[in-house]
Amino acid sequence: MSEWIEACSADEIDEEDVIRFDHGNRTFAVYRSPDNEYFATDGLCTHERVHLADGLVMDDIIECPKHNGRFNYKTGAARGAPACVNLSTYPVRVEAGKVYLQIG
Amino acid sequence: MDAAITTRDYSLTGRDARRAVEMGLAAADWYHTDVPRKQLKALMKRSDARAMRDTAIWLGAMAVSGAAAASFWGTWWCVPFFAVYGVLYGSAADSRWHECGHGTAFRTQWMNDAVYQLASFMIMRNPVTWRWSHTRHHTDTIVVGRDPEIAVMRPPDLVRLILNFVGLVDVWHAVGDMLRNASGRLSAAEAAFIPEMEQHKAIRVARIWVASYAATIALAVWLGSFLPLMFVGLPRLYGAWHHVMTGLLQHGGLADNVVDHRLNSRTVHMNPISRFIYWNMNYHVEHHMFPMVPYHALPALHELIKHDLPAPNRSILDGYREMLPAFLRQLRNEDYFVRRELPATAKPYREELHRIETQAAASPRT
Repeated sequence: MSEWIEACSADEIDEEDVIRFDHGNRTFAVYRSPDNEYFATDGLCTHERVHLADGLVMDDIIECPKHNGRFNYKTGAARGAPACVNLSTYPVRVEAGKVYLQIG
Repeated sequence: MDAAITTRDYSLTGRDARRAVEMGLAAADWYHTDVPRKQLKALMKRSDARAMRDTAIWLGAMAVSGAAAASFWGTWWCVPFFAVYGVLYGSAADSRWHECGHGTAFRTQWMNDAVYQLASFMIMRNPVTWRWSHTRHHTDTIVVGRDPEIAVMRPPDLVRLILNFVGLVDVWHAVGDMLRNASGRLSAAEAAFIPEMEQHKAIRVARIWVASYAATIALAVWLGSFLPLMFVGLPRLYGAWHHVMTGLLQHGGLADNVVDHRLNSRTVHMNPISRFIYWNMNYHVEHHMFPMVPYHALPALHELIKHDLPAPNRSILDGYREMLPAFLRQLRNEDYFVRRELPATAKPYREELHRIETQAAASPRT
């Protein structure tokens, strides 16, 4: 059953940046876009198990820090080799200055 | 030290490939110097302007030197102009291939892709095959049986190294790979690191390249002159020396099978012309630790983390003075390597991860 989990304060993430959020034995990446919207994906690159939160956010792209594989963090779509498999994305809402993820 | 001298199996499907996986050396967690996120973000920041300027200088210099060489064709005066053209083609293309393959040169991705394709053609590296081989090189840097880009295997083949200063061995293999790919086949090693969904792209590029070289040769025959080949193809031979000279320094003579780039990579201070040709890849420890930092930000990254790194070599000559004796020692003992000493301000090597105390005859360098 899906549940909404508090991930962080909204101001913990700079604009056009990403942070890591661990919950149980899972890890996620939570993004703040240049338009001040929030998004969430799986935390690890689908190419190799590298934390995307150490990567670079440019517009709607997250670039993996190890091999520069690219994903659209809004849709999860792989956008550049060596990333070939899409990321899972998760619904996000912001309430009272807190960022919540809906985790299935 | 009394450890037994070992032999290495560099095949990507052989004994040491399996051993690397068993030992946890494949896709391992590598050491990184701590850099605050805000500073790293500033260093990773992409820009089109710097790479557009440098690419205009690069291609502009090729156009000028090429035009001058053609106008003096038939006289000795063409030689210095072809020397310049050749290095810009057969050496500068190596670093453009590399940086644009990482996608860090330009902020705009199609610009990275365009220069990547052009430079791949010049340096005769299939852009699909080599994108994936370089990915593996960054995952498993100088891990025997895993890294397909180990330039100097142990014991070193010195004849091969010397011949490659004029590209002979590399081009021989590149032409063979191109013809094999163009015929629709991949080697076992290529199939080991190129995902199945990407393999058809490698074949398509090889066919385009074969057609390009065939057209160049046909033009040369039609003109009754090998001048066209002096501009396309041959510069990969007569202009290769600079990228081989700088490239060997990246990892040559240093440790293998470790998970700390401070042990297996070398940073070398170089003159500004070589740094332009090489696009700052002389900061090689820094590049491997933080491959998302663009070439133009590597000097700043070096200043930020040098307290945690071995001292750089002072010059290309200084690097060769360290590396060449190591190659000669490895002819007798392939377990020998130069162990790079850390400054007092650095975090120590995690010896338990590297087994470096059990490797024979490592030589400290301070």
